[in-house]
Amino acid sequence: MSRGETLALGAFIFSLAVFVGFLLISKVPTMLHTPLMSGTNFIHGIVLVGALTVAATAHDTLGYLIAVAAVLLGTLNVVGGWVVTDRMLEMFKGRRSGDGRANPPAAAGDPPRADH
Amino acid sequence: MQPSTLTILGYMLTSISFMFGIQLLRSPKTARTGNRVAAVGMLLVLGITAALINGTSNWPLIVPVIAVGTVIGALSARTVRMTAMPQMVALFNGMGGGSAALIAAADFRSAVDSGTASPDITWAIMLSCLIGSVSFAGSLIAFAKLQELMPGRPLTYPLQKAVNAVLLAAIVAIGVYLTVTTQPLSTNLVHDYAPLHFAVSLLFPIFLGLCVALGVLFVVPIGGADMPVIISLLNSFTGLAAAMTGFVLSNDVLIVSGALVGASGTILTQLMSKAMNRSLFNVLFGAFGSKVEATGGAAAEGGTVHPTTVEDVAALLAYASLVIFVPGYGMAVARAQHDVKELADELERRGVSVEYAIHPVAGRMPGHMNVLLAEANVPYPQLKEMDAVNPDFPRADVAVVIGANDVVNPAARNQANSPIYGMPILNVDEAKTVVVLKRSMATGFAGVDNPLFYKPNALMLFGDARSSISELLAEVKRQ
Repeated sequence: MSRGETLALGAFIFSLAVFVGFLLISKVPTMLHTPLMSGTNFIHGIVLVGALTVAATAHDTLGYLIAVAAVLLGTLNVVGGWVVTDRMLEMFKGRRSGDGRANPPAAAGDPPRADH
Repeated sequence: MQPSTLTILGYMLTSISFMFGIQLLRSPKTARTGNRVAAVGMLLVLGITAALINGTSNWPLIVPVIAVGTVIGALSARTVRMTAMPQMVALFNGMGGGSAALIAAADFRSAVDSGTASPDITWAIMLSCLIGSVSFAGSLIAFAKLQELMPGRPLTYPLQKAVNAVLLAAIVAIGVYLTVTTQPLSTNLVHDYAPLHFAVSLLFPIFLGLCVALGVLFVVPIGGADMPVIISLLNSFTGLAAAMTGFVLSNDVLIVSGALVGASGTILTQLMSKAMNRSLFNVLFGAFGSKVEATGGAAAEGGTVHPTTVEDVAALLAYASLVIFVPGYGMAVARAQHDVKELADELERRGVSVEYAIHPVAGRMPGHMNVLLAEANVPYPQLKEMDAVNPDFPRADVAVVIGANDVVNPAARNQANSPIYGMPILNVDEAKTVVVLKRSMATGFAGVDNPLFYKPNALMLFGDARSSISELLAEVKRQ
Protein backbone atom coordinates (compact mmCIF):
# COMPACT_ATOMS: atom_id res chain seq x y z
CA MET A 1 0.00 0.00 0.00
CA SER A 2 1.24 3.48 -0.77
CA ARG A 3 1.42 6.07 1.96
CA GLY A 4 -1.60 7.82 0.51
CA GLU A 5 -3.63 4.62 0.57
CA THR A 6 -2.65 3.88 4.18
CA LEU A 7 -3.68 7.38 5.15
CA ALA A 8 -6.99 7.16 3.30
CA LEU A 9 -7.78 3.81 4.87
CA GLY A 10 -6.90 5.27 8.26
CA ALA A 11 -9.26 8.19 7.66
CA PHE A 12 -11.94 5.70 6.60
CA ILE A 13 -11.84 3.63 9.79
CA PHE A 14 -11.37 6.78 11.86
CA SER A 15 -14.65 8.20 10.60
CA LEU A 16 -16.48 4.91 11.15
CA ALA A 17 -15.17 4.70 14.71
CA VAL A 18 -16.20 8.29 15.39
CA PHE A 19 -19.69 7.42 14.22
CA VAL A 20 -19.84 4.35 16.46
CA GLY A 21 -18.56 6.45 19.39
CA PHE A 22 -21.33 9.00 18.88
CA LEU A 23 -23.97 6.28 18.69
CA LEU A 24 -22.74 4.42 21.76
CA ILE A 25 -23.12 7.40 24.06
CA SER A 26 -26.63 8.63 23.81
CA LYS A 27 -29.14 8.47 26.64
CA VAL A 28 -26.88 7.21 29.38
CA PRO A 29 -28.23 7.50 32.94
CA THR A 30 -26.48 10.35 34.78
CA MET A 31 -25.18 8.03 37.47
CA LEU A 32 -23.10 6.23 34.88
CA HIS A 33 -21.49 9.33 33.40
CA THR A 34 -18.49 9.12 35.71
CA PRO A 35 -17.82 5.38 35.31
CA LEU A 36 -18.26 5.77 31.55
CA MET A 37 -15.76 8.58 31.46
CA SER A 38 -13.41 6.51 33.55
CA GLY A 39 -13.95 3.46 31.33
CA THR A 40 -13.14 5.35 28.15
CA ASN A 41 -10.18 6.84 30.03
CA PHE A 42 -8.93 3.28 30.42
CA ILE A 43 -9.51 2.51 26.73
CA HIS A 44 -7.34 5.35 25.47
CA GLY A 45 -4.61 3.80 27.58
CA ILE A 46 -4.08 1.87 24.35
CA VAL A 47 -1.46 4.55 23.61
CA LEU A 48 0.74 2.10 25.51
CA VAL A 49 0.76 0.09 22.27
CA GLY A 50 2.27 3.10 20.51
CA ALA A 51 4.69 3.69 23.38
CA LEU A 52 5.94 0.08 23.16
CA THR A 53 6.30 0.33 19.39
CA VAL A 54 8.42 3.46 19.74
CA ALA A 55 10.39 2.08 22.70
CA ALA A 56 11.36 -0.98 20.68
CA THR A 57 13.31 1.15 18.21
CA ALA A 58 14.89 3.64 20.63
CA HIS A 59 18.67 3.71 20.21
CA ASP A 60 20.16 6.85 21.78
CA THR A 61 20.04 8.50 25.21
CA LEU A 62 17.28 11.01 24.48
CA GLY A 63 15.37 8.28 22.65
CA TYR A 64 15.62 5.99 25.68
CA LEU A 65 14.45 8.78 27.97
CA ILE A 66 11.43 9.55 25.80
CA ALA A 67 10.62 5.85 25.49
CA VAL A 68 10.82 5.24 29.25
CA ALA A 69 8.56 8.23 29.95
CA ALA A 70 6.06 7.23 27.26
CA VAL A 71 5.85 3.61 28.42
CA LEU A 72 5.58 4.66 32.08
CA LEU A 73 2.80 7.17 31.41
CA GLY A 74 0.97 4.72 29.14
CA THR A 75 1.16 1.94 31.75
CA LEU A 76 -0.15 4.28 34.44
CA ASN A 77 -3.05 5.22 32.17
CA VAL A 78 -3.95 1.59 31.46
CA VAL A 79 -3.56 0.16 34.95
CA GLY A 80 -4.77 3.15 36.96
CA GLY A 81 -7.64 3.83 34.56
CA TRP A 82 -8.88 0.27 34.81
CA VAL A 83 -8.61 -0.05 38.57
CA VAL A 84 -10.36 3.28 39.18
CA THR A 85 -13.22 2.25 36.89
CA ASP A 86 -13.50 -1.15 38.52
CA ARG A 87 -13.60 0.41 41.98
CA MET A 88 -16.36 2.79 40.94
CA LEU A 89 -18.41 0.00 39.44
CA GLU A 90 -17.88 -2.21 42.45
CA MET A 91 -20.09 0.26 44.29
CA PHE A 92 -23.03 -0.57 42.09
CA LYS A 93 -23.11 -4.22 42.96
CA GLY A 94 -24.08 -3.62 46.60
CA ARG A 95 -27.80 -4.33 46.68
CA ARG A 96 -30.07 -5.44 49.44
CA SER A 97 -30.93 -8.87 48.11
CA GLY A 98 -28.29 -11.49 48.76
CA ASP A 99 -25.79 -8.93 49.92
CA GLY A 100 -23.30 -11.05 51.76
CA ARG A 101 -20.71 -8.31 51.96
CA ALA A 102 -20.18 -6.91 55.41
CA ASN A 103 -21.19 -3.30 55.66
CA PRO A 104 -18.34 -0.87 56.21
CA PRO A 105 -17.62 0.04 59.84
CA ALA A 106 -20.32 2.64 60.35
CA ALA A 107 -23.13 0.12 59.86
CA ALA A 108 -21.40 -2.80 61.54
CA GLY A 109 -23.50 -2.74 64.68
CA ASP A 110 -26.73 -2.43 62.76
CA PRO A 111 -29.31 -5.07 63.69
CA PRO A 112 -30.72 -7.05 60.77
CA ARG A 113 -33.39 -4.90 59.25
CA ALA A 114 -36.78 -5.88 57.96
CA ASP A 115 -37.39 -5.17 54.33
CA HIS A 116 -40.19 -2.78 53.68
CA MET B 1 5.61 -2.44 7.75
CA GLN B 2 2.49 -4.30 6.75
CA PRO B 3 0.78 -6.10 9.66
CA SER B 4 0.09 -9.78 9.25
CA THR B 5 -3.40 -11.24 8.80
CA LEU B 6 -3.37 -12.59 12.34
CA THR B 7 -2.40 -9.17 13.71
CA ILE B 8 -5.23 -7.47 11.84
CA LEU B 9 -7.73 -10.03 13.14
CA GLY B 10 -6.43 -9.47 16.68
CA TYR B 11 -6.83 -5.71 16.25
CA MET B 12 -10.37 -6.35 15.08
CA LEU B 13 -11.18 -8.40 18.19
CA THR B 14 -9.73 -5.67 20.40
CA SER B 15 -11.78 -2.98 18.65
CA ILE B 16 -14.93 -5.08 19.05
CA SER B 17 -14.21 -5.67 22.74
CA PHE B 18 -13.82 -1.92 23.32
CA MET B 19 -17.09 -1.11 21.53
CA PHE B 20 -18.92 -3.92 23.31
CA GLY B 21 -17.36 -2.86 26.61
CA ILE B 22 -18.64 0.71 26.25
CA GLN B 23 -22.04 -0.67 25.28
CA LEU B 24 -22.13 -2.72 28.50
CA LEU B 25 -20.96 0.28 30.55
CA ARG B 26 -24.25 1.99 29.79
CA SER B 27 -26.25 -0.03 32.31
CA PRO B 28 -25.51 -0.41 36.03
CA LYS B 29 -26.10 -4.15 35.88
CA THR B 30 -23.59 -4.89 33.14
CA ALA B 31 -21.13 -2.04 33.65
CA ARG B 32 -18.55 -4.02 35.58
CA THR B 33 -18.61 -6.78 32.97
CA GLY B 34 -18.15 -4.10 30.32
CA ASN B 35 -14.99 -2.88 31.97
CA ARG B 36 -13.68 -6.45 32.07
CA VAL B 37 -14.54 -7.09 28.43
CA ALA B 38 -12.53 -3.99 27.52
CA ALA B 39 -9.67 -5.26 29.69
CA VAL B 40 -9.57 -8.53 27.72
CA GLY B 41 -9.26 -6.52 24.51
CA MET B 42 -6.45 -4.47 26.04
CA LEU B 43 -4.52 -7.56 27.14
CA LEU B 44 -4.93 -9.04 23.67
CA VAL B 45 -3.61 -5.97 21.88
CA LEU B 46 -0.70 -5.61 24.32
CA GLY B 47 0.13 -9.28 23.74
CA ILE B 48 0.09 -8.76 19.98
CA THR B 49 2.31 -5.70 20.33
CA ALA B 50 4.77 -7.59 22.51
CA ALA B 51 4.94 -10.29 19.83
CA LEU B 52 5.48 -7.71 17.10
CA ILE B 53 8.38 -6.02 18.86
CA ASN B 54 9.75 -9.33 20.07
CA GLY B 55 13.08 -8.85 18.30
CA THR B 56 13.99 -5.62 20.07
CA SER B 57 17.02 -5.47 22.31
CA ASN B 58 15.28 -2.89 24.51
CA TRP B 59 13.32 -5.37 26.67
CA PRO B 60 15.60 -4.80 29.69
CA LEU B 61 14.49 -1.17 29.47
CA ILE B 62 10.80 -1.78 28.80
CA VAL B 63 9.94 -4.55 31.28
CA PRO B 64 11.03 -2.78 34.50
CA VAL B 65 9.23 0.39 33.42
CA ILE B 66 6.00 -1.53 32.84
CA ALA B 67 6.41 -3.27 36.19
CA VAL B 68 6.96 0.01 38.03
CA GLY B 69 4.04 1.67 36.22
CA THR B 70 1.74 -1.24 37.03
CA VAL B 71 2.59 -1.21 40.71
CA ILE B 72 2.29 2.56 41.08
CA GLY B 73 -0.90 2.72 39.00
CA ALA B 74 -2.64 -0.14 40.79
CA LEU B 75 -1.59 0.93 44.28
CA SER B 76 -2.55 4.57 43.88
CA ALA B 77 -5.87 3.71 42.24
CA ARG B 78 -6.63 1.11 44.95
CA THR B 79 -5.76 3.20 47.97
CA VAL B 80 -7.24 6.56 47.03
CA ARG B 81 -10.44 7.54 48.82
CA MET B 82 -13.69 7.44 46.85
CA THR B 83 -14.02 11.20 47.19
CA ALA B 84 -10.74 11.64 45.35
CA MET B 85 -11.78 9.53 42.36
CA PRO B 86 -12.47 12.50 40.04
CA GLN B 87 -8.92 13.79 40.30
CA MET B 88 -7.55 10.28 39.83
CA VAL B 89 -9.41 10.03 36.53
CA ALA B 90 -7.92 13.40 35.57
CA LEU B 91 -4.43 12.27 36.57
CA PHE B 92 -4.49 8.99 34.62
CA ASN B 93 -6.03 10.79 31.67
CA GLY B 94 -3.15 13.25 31.68
CA MET B 95 -0.69 10.33 31.70
CA GLY B 96 -2.27 9.00 28.49
CA GLY B 97 -2.09 12.43 26.86
CA GLY B 98 1.56 12.83 27.82
CA SER B 99 2.34 9.38 26.49
CA ALA B 100 0.72 10.22 23.13
CA ALA B 101 2.71 13.45 22.84
CA LEU B 102 5.97 11.65 23.67
CA ILE B 103 5.29 8.90 21.12
CA ALA B 104 4.78 11.53 18.43
CA ALA B 105 7.92 13.37 19.55
CA ALA B 106 9.98 10.18 19.38
CA ASP B 107 8.66 9.39 15.92
CA PHE B 108 9.39 12.92 14.73
CA ARG B 109 12.98 12.67 15.95
CA SER B 110 13.66 9.42 14.16
CA ALA B 111 11.87 10.60 11.00
CA VAL B 112 13.93 13.81 10.87
CA ASP B 113 17.18 12.00 11.70
CA SER B 114 16.66 9.38 9.03
CA GLY B 115 15.45 11.95 6.54
CA THR B 116 12.18 10.11 6.00
CA ALA B 117 9.87 12.78 7.43
CA SER B 118 6.98 13.54 5.17
CA PRO B 119 4.05 15.94 5.45
CA ASP B 120 1.49 13.14 5.17
CA ILE B 121 2.73 11.80 8.52
CA THR B 122 4.05 14.98 10.12
CA TRP B 123 0.61 16.60 10.31
CA ALA B 124 -0.49 13.76 12.59
CA ILE B 125 2.70 14.09 14.66
CA MET B 126 2.01 17.78 15.20
CA LEU B 127 -1.64 17.17 16.11
CA SER B 128 -0.73 14.34 18.45
CA CYS B 129 1.83 16.55 20.20
CA LEU B 130 -0.60 19.45 20.44
CA ILE B 131 -3.64 17.52 21.68
CA GLY B 132 -1.61 15.19 23.88
CA SER B 133 0.32 18.02 25.56
CA VAL B 134 -2.81 20.09 26.15
CA SER B 135 -4.48 17.04 27.68
CA PHE B 136 -1.41 16.27 29.79
CA ALA B 137 -0.92 19.78 31.18
CA GLY B 138 -4.64 20.51 31.45
CA SER B 139 -5.32 17.29 33.34
CA LEU B 140 -2.52 18.00 35.80
CA ILE B 141 -4.02 21.44 36.48
CA ALA B 142 -7.48 19.87 36.88
CA PHE B 143 -5.93 17.37 39.30
CA ALA B 144 -4.21 20.16 41.25
CA LYS B 145 -7.44 22.14 41.49
CA LEU B 146 -9.54 19.20 42.70
CA GLN B 147 -6.81 18.02 45.08
CA GLU B 148 -6.71 21.59 46.36
CA LEU B 149 -3.01 21.92 45.62
CA MET B 150 -3.98 25.16 43.92
CA PRO B 151 -7.07 27.37 44.31
CA GLY B 152 -10.20 25.85 42.75
CA ARG B 153 -11.46 29.30 41.88
CA PRO B 154 -11.02 30.47 38.31
CA LEU B 155 -7.75 32.38 37.91
CA THR B 156 -8.27 35.21 35.50
CA TYR B 157 -6.04 38.00 34.26
CA PRO B 158 -6.43 40.73 31.67
CA LEU B 159 -6.37 39.78 28.00
CA GLN B 160 -6.62 36.09 28.93
CA LYS B 161 -8.48 35.08 25.80
CA ALA B 162 -6.21 37.17 23.60
CA VAL B 163 -3.12 35.54 25.12
CA ASN B 164 -4.55 32.07 24.53
CA ALA B 165 -5.53 32.97 20.97
CA VAL B 166 -2.03 34.28 20.20
CA LEU B 167 -0.51 31.18 21.76
CA LEU B 168 -2.71 28.89 19.69
CA ALA B 169 -1.93 30.88 16.54
CA ALA B 170 1.81 30.56 17.23
CA ILE B 171 1.43 26.81 17.78
CA VAL B 172 -0.50 26.36 14.54
CA ALA B 173 2.04 28.47 12.63
CA ILE B 174 5.02 26.47 13.94
CA GLY B 175 3.16 23.20 13.40
CA VAL B 176 2.34 24.03 9.81
CA TYR B 177 5.90 25.27 9.19
CA LEU B 178 7.41 22.07 10.58
CA THR B 179 4.96 19.97 8.57
CA VAL B 180 5.76 21.56 5.23
CA THR B 181 9.52 21.92 5.74
CA THR B 182 10.20 18.34 6.81
CA GLN B 183 10.02 16.90 3.30
CA PRO B 184 11.80 13.66 2.43
CA LEU B 185 15.49 13.96 1.64
CA SER B 186 15.06 13.78 -2.09
CA THR B 187 12.92 16.90 -2.31
CA ASN B 188 14.18 19.14 0.47
CA LEU B 189 17.48 17.76 1.75
CA VAL B 190 16.55 18.58 5.34
CA HIS B 191 19.12 16.16 6.55
CA ASP B 192 22.01 17.82 4.81
CA TYR B 193 20.89 21.39 5.00
CA ALA B 194 22.28 22.33 8.40
CA PRO B 195 20.42 25.62 9.09
CA LEU B 196 17.06 24.01 8.33
CA HIS B 197 17.90 20.96 10.37
CA PHE B 198 18.82 23.25 13.22
CA ALA B 199 15.54 25.13 12.87
CA VAL B 200 13.63 21.87 13.05
CA SER B 201 15.46 20.57 16.09
CA LEU B 202 15.18 23.94 17.84
CA LEU B 203 11.64 24.77 16.79
CA PHE B 204 10.17 21.42 17.76
CA PRO B 205 10.99 21.69 21.49
CA ILE B 206 9.60 25.23 21.43
CA PHE B 207 6.48 23.87 19.77
CA LEU B 208 6.10 21.27 22.54
CA GLY B 209 6.67 23.87 25.25
CA LEU B 210 4.02 26.16 23.81
CA CYS B 211 1.54 23.25 23.64
CA VAL B 212 2.10 22.46 27.33
CA ALA B 213 1.70 26.17 28.18
CA LEU B 214 -1.58 26.25 26.26
CA GLY B 215 -2.85 23.28 28.25
CA VAL B 216 -2.07 25.07 31.51
CA LEU B 217 -3.57 28.40 30.45
CA PHE B 218 -6.62 26.66 29.02
CA VAL B 219 -7.66 25.07 32.33
CA VAL B 220 -6.42 27.67 34.83
CA PRO B 221 -9.34 30.09 34.26
CA ILE B 222 -11.93 27.35 34.72
CA GLY B 223 -13.57 27.00 38.12
CA GLY B 224 -13.52 23.85 40.21
CA ALA B 225 -17.27 23.35 39.79
CA ASP B 226 -16.79 22.84 36.07
CA MET B 227 -13.90 20.40 36.42
CA PRO B 228 -16.00 17.29 35.63
CA VAL B 229 -16.89 18.75 32.25
CA ILE B 230 -13.28 19.70 31.64
CA ILE B 231 -11.96 16.28 32.64
CA SER B 232 -14.45 14.69 30.27
CA LEU B 233 -13.35 17.05 27.50
CA LEU B 234 -9.65 16.35 28.15
CA ASN B 235 -10.52 12.65 28.17
CA SER B 236 -11.86 12.93 24.63
CA PHE B 237 -8.75 14.97 23.73
CA THR B 238 -6.52 12.12 24.85
CA GLY B 239 -8.64 9.77 22.75
CA LEU B 240 -8.05 11.98 19.72
CA ALA B 241 -4.33 12.19 20.48
CA ALA B 242 -4.23 8.38 20.62
CA ALA B 243 -5.97 8.23 17.24
CA MET B 244 -3.34 10.64 15.84
CA THR B 245 -0.52 8.42 17.09
CA GLY B 246 -2.35 5.67 15.19
CA PHE B 247 -1.91 7.73 12.02
CA VAL B 248 1.73 8.39 12.92
CA LEU B 249 2.52 4.70 13.45
CA SER B 250 0.06 3.42 10.80
CA ASN B 251 -1.64 1.39 13.51
CA ASP B 252 -5.34 0.82 12.87
CA VAL B 253 -6.26 -0.36 16.35
CA LEU B 254 -4.94 2.91 17.80
CA ILE B 255 -6.96 4.87 15.27
CA VAL B 256 -10.18 2.98 16.04
CA SER B 257 -9.85 3.04 19.83
CA GLY B 258 -8.75 6.67 19.91
CA ALA B 259 -11.57 7.80 17.63
CA LEU B 260 -14.04 5.81 19.70
CA VAL B 261 -12.97 7.54 22.91
CA GLY B 262 -12.70 10.93 21.22
CA ALA B 263 -16.25 10.74 19.89
CA SER B 264 -17.92 9.20 22.92
CA GLY B 265 -16.04 11.60 25.19
CA THR B 266 -17.34 14.55 23.20
CA ILE B 267 -20.94 13.39 23.55
CA LEU B 268 -20.41 12.68 27.25
CA THR B 269 -19.00 16.18 27.70
CA GLN B 270 -22.10 17.64 26.09
CA LEU B 271 -24.39 15.54 28.28
CA MET B 272 -22.55 16.77 31.36
CA SER B 273 -22.71 20.44 30.46
CA LYS B 274 -26.37 20.00 29.55
CA ALA B 275 -26.99 18.59 33.04
CA MET B 276 -25.72 21.92 34.37
CA ASN B 277 -27.77 23.84 31.82
CA ARG B 278 -24.58 25.40 30.49
CA SER B 279 -23.18 25.41 27.03
CA LEU B 280 -19.71 23.97 26.59
CA PHE B 281 -18.63 27.35 25.27
CA ASN B 282 -19.78 28.99 28.50
CA VAL B 283 -17.93 26.40 30.58
CA LEU B 284 -14.71 26.99 28.65
CA PHE B 285 -14.75 30.75 28.44
CA GLY B 286 -17.20 31.93 31.10
CA ALA B 287 -14.72 31.88 34.03
CA PHE B 288 -17.74 30.59 35.94
CA GLY B 289 -17.72 31.35 39.64
CA SER B 290 -15.17 34.13 39.53
CA LYS B 291 -17.71 36.53 40.99
CA VAL B 292 -17.54 36.29 44.74
CA GLU B 293 -19.88 39.10 45.73
CA ALA B 294 -23.40 38.31 46.90
CA THR B 295 -25.48 38.95 43.81
CA GLY B 296 -28.36 40.84 45.34
CA GLY B 297 -29.34 37.83 47.40
CA ALA B 298 -31.19 37.81 50.68
CA ALA B 299 -27.91 38.47 52.46
CA ALA B 300 -27.74 41.87 50.84
CA GLU B 301 -31.29 42.54 51.97
CA GLY B 302 -30.30 41.94 55.56
CA GLY B 303 -31.73 38.44 55.89
CA THR B 304 -30.77 36.29 58.86
CA VAL B 305 -30.00 32.62 59.15
CA HIS B 306 -31.72 30.40 61.70
CA PRO B 307 -29.29 28.12 63.51
CA THR B 308 -30.90 25.06 65.03
CA THR B 309 -30.03 22.17 67.33
CA VAL B 310 -29.79 18.42 66.93
CA GLU B 311 -32.76 17.94 69.29
CA ASP B 312 -35.07 20.16 67.24
CA VAL B 313 -34.14 18.52 63.97
CA ALA B 314 -34.46 15.03 65.46
CA ALA B 315 -38.02 15.83 66.57
CA LEU B 316 -38.87 17.18 63.13
CA LEU B 317 -37.51 14.04 61.49
CA ALA B 318 -39.06 11.55 63.89
CA TYR B 319 -42.57 12.87 63.39
CA ALA B 320 -42.40 13.60 59.66
CA SER B 321 -44.21 11.52 57.08
CA LEU B 322 -41.85 12.24 54.19
CA VAL B 323 -38.18 13.13 54.55
CA ILE B 324 -36.01 13.85 51.51
CA PHE B 325 -32.23 13.70 51.88
CA VAL B 326 -30.28 15.92 49.51
CA PRO B 327 -26.64 14.84 49.49
CA GLY B 328 -23.83 16.96 48.10
CA TYR B 329 -20.07 17.16 48.11
CA GLY B 330 -20.08 17.83 51.86
CA MET B 331 -21.45 14.33 52.43
CA ALA B 332 -18.68 12.90 50.31
CA VAL B 333 -15.99 14.82 52.18
CA ALA B 334 -17.38 13.88 55.60
CA ARG B 335 -17.87 10.29 54.37
CA ALA B 336 -21.28 10.42 55.98
CA GLN B 337 -23.10 8.13 53.55
CA HIS B 338 -23.21 5.13 55.89
CA ASP B 339 -24.49 7.28 58.76
CA VAL B 340 -27.12 8.81 56.47
CA LYS B 341 -28.25 5.32 55.51
CA GLU B 342 -28.50 4.32 59.18
CA LEU B 343 -30.53 7.41 59.98
CA ALA B 344 -32.80 6.69 57.01
CA ASP B 345 -33.27 3.08 58.22
CA GLU B 346 -34.20 4.29 61.69
CA LEU B 347 -36.71 6.76 60.24
CA GLU B 348 -38.23 4.08 58.01
CA ARG B 349 -38.55 1.82 61.02
CA ARG B 350 -40.65 4.56 62.55
CA GLY B 351 -42.87 4.69 59.46
CA VAL B 352 -41.32 7.77 57.84
CA SER B 353 -40.96 7.63 54.05
CA VAL B 354 -37.46 8.42 52.92
CA GLU B 355 -36.20 9.53 49.53
CA TYR B 356 -32.85 10.73 48.25
CA ALA B 357 -32.80 13.60 45.79
CA ILE B 358 -29.87 13.28 43.41
CA HIS B 359 -28.90 16.33 41.43
CA PRO B 360 -27.10 15.36 38.23
CA VAL B 361 -24.03 17.36 39.15
CA ALA B 362 -24.08 17.02 42.94
CA GLY B 363 -20.61 16.31 44.22
CA ARG B 364 -17.64 16.69 41.98
CA MET B 365 -18.84 14.54 39.12
CA PRO B 366 -22.12 13.39 37.65
CA GLY B 367 -23.06 10.17 39.40
CA HIS B 368 -20.79 10.90 42.37
CA MET B 369 -23.67 10.67 44.86
CA ASN B 370 -25.08 7.50 43.33
CA VAL B 371 -21.73 5.83 43.71
CA LEU B 372 -21.39 6.81 47.36
CA LEU B 373 -24.95 5.93 48.31
CA ALA B 374 -24.73 2.63 46.48
CA GLU B 375 -21.62 1.95 48.58
CA ALA B 376 -23.80 2.46 51.67
CA ASN B 377 -26.35 -0.01 50.24
CA VAL B 378 -29.12 2.52 49.71
CA PRO B 379 -31.70 0.74 47.53
CA TYR B 380 -31.93 2.10 43.97
CA PRO B 381 -35.67 2.96 44.06
CA GLN B 382 -35.02 5.51 46.82
CA LEU B 383 -32.49 7.39 44.69
CA LYS B 384 -34.53 9.86 42.71
CA GLU B 385 -33.21 12.00 39.91
CA MET B 386 -34.00 15.69 39.82
CA ASP B 387 -37.05 15.64 37.55
CA ALA B 388 -38.61 12.76 39.46
CA VAL B 389 -38.10 14.22 42.91
CA ASN B 390 -38.83 17.90 42.41
CA PRO B 391 -42.66 17.38 42.45
CA ASP B 392 -42.24 15.61 45.84
CA PHE B 393 -40.73 18.56 47.71
CA PRO B 394 -44.01 20.44 48.37
CA ARG B 395 -45.37 17.43 50.28
CA ALA B 396 -42.10 16.72 52.09
CA ASP B 397 -42.07 17.64 55.76
CA VAL B 398 -38.31 17.92 55.95
CA ALA B 399 -35.66 18.25 53.28
CA VAL B 400 -32.25 17.51 54.76
CA VAL B 401 -29.48 19.14 52.73
CA ILE B 402 -26.21 17.39 53.54
CA GLY B 403 -23.31 19.46 52.32
CA ALA B 404 -24.98 20.49 49.06
CA ASN B 405 -25.01 24.14 48.12
CA ASP B 406 -25.09 25.29 44.52
CA VAL B 407 -27.48 22.54 43.41
CA VAL B 408 -30.14 23.77 45.87
CA ASN B 409 -29.55 27.49 45.37
CA PRO B 410 -32.86 29.18 44.48
CA ALA B 411 -30.88 32.04 42.91
CA ALA B 412 -30.56 29.75 39.91
CA ARG B 413 -34.35 30.03 39.49
CA ASN B 414 -35.04 33.68 40.06
CA GLN B 415 -31.93 35.88 39.99
CA ALA B 416 -31.06 36.64 36.43
CA ASN B 417 -27.79 38.27 37.49
CA SER B 418 -26.56 35.20 39.36
CA PRO B 419 -23.73 33.26 37.70
CA ILE B 420 -25.67 30.05 38.16
CA TYR B 421 -28.96 31.51 36.86
CA GLY B 422 -30.76 28.97 34.69
CA MET B 423 -29.11 25.88 36.16
CA PRO B 424 -31.82 23.36 37.06
CA ILE B 425 -31.87 22.90 40.82
CA LEU B 426 -33.55 20.78 43.45
CA ASN B 427 -36.44 22.86 44.81
CA VAL B 428 -35.74 22.08 48.47
CA ASP B 429 -37.15 25.43 49.56
CA GLU B 430 -40.63 24.10 48.69
CA ALA B 431 -40.45 21.60 51.53
CA LYS B 432 -42.16 22.57 54.80
CA THR B 433 -38.81 22.74 56.54
CA VAL B 434 -35.34 22.67 55.07
CA VAL B 435 -32.51 21.57 57.34
CA VAL B 436 -29.11 22.51 56.00
CA LEU B 437 -26.13 20.60 57.39
CA LYS B 438 -23.11 22.72 56.80
CA ARG B 439 -19.69 23.28 58.28
CA SER B 440 -19.84 27.07 58.00
CA MET B 441 -21.48 29.84 56.04
CA ALA B 442 -18.89 29.51 53.29
CA THR B 443 -20.14 29.66 49.74
CA GLY B 444 -20.29 26.59 47.52
CA PHE B 445 -17.78 25.57 44.90
CA ALA B 446 -19.19 28.08 42.46
CA GLY B 447 -18.47 30.86 44.97
CA VAL B 448 -22.05 32.11 44.88
CA ASP B 449 -24.03 33.22 47.92
CA ASN B 450 -27.09 31.07 48.66
CA PRO B 451 -30.37 32.88 49.49
CA LEU B 452 -31.81 29.52 50.62
CA PHE B 453 -30.05 29.88 53.97
CA TYR B 454 -31.96 33.08 54.74
CA LYS B 455 -35.43 31.69 54.00
CA PRO B 456 -37.83 31.53 56.96
CA ASN B 457 -38.35 27.78 56.54
CA ALA B 458 -34.61 27.04 56.45
CA LEU B 459 -32.76 25.85 59.56
CA MET B 460 -29.00 25.65 59.72
CA LEU B 461 -27.34 22.80 61.59
CA PHE B 462 -23.66 23.71 61.69
CA GLY B 463 -20.94 21.12 62.14
CA ASP B 464 -19.30 18.16 60.45
CA ALA B 465 -21.96 16.30 58.44
CA ARG B 466 -20.97 12.90 59.74
CA SER B 467 -21.07 13.77 63.44
CA SER B 468 -24.28 15.78 62.96
CA ILE B 469 -25.96 12.80 61.31
CA SER B 470 -24.82 10.34 63.97
CA GLU B 471 -25.99 12.70 66.74
CA LEU B 472 -29.31 12.99 64.92
CA LEU B 473 -29.55 9.20 64.78
CA ALA B 474 -28.94 8.88 68.52
CA GLU B 475 -31.48 11.59 69.24
CA VAL B 476 -34.15 10.14 66.92
CA LYS B 477 -33.77 6.78 68.67
CA ARG B 478 -34.46 8.56 71.95
CA GLN B 479 -37.65 10.23 70.70
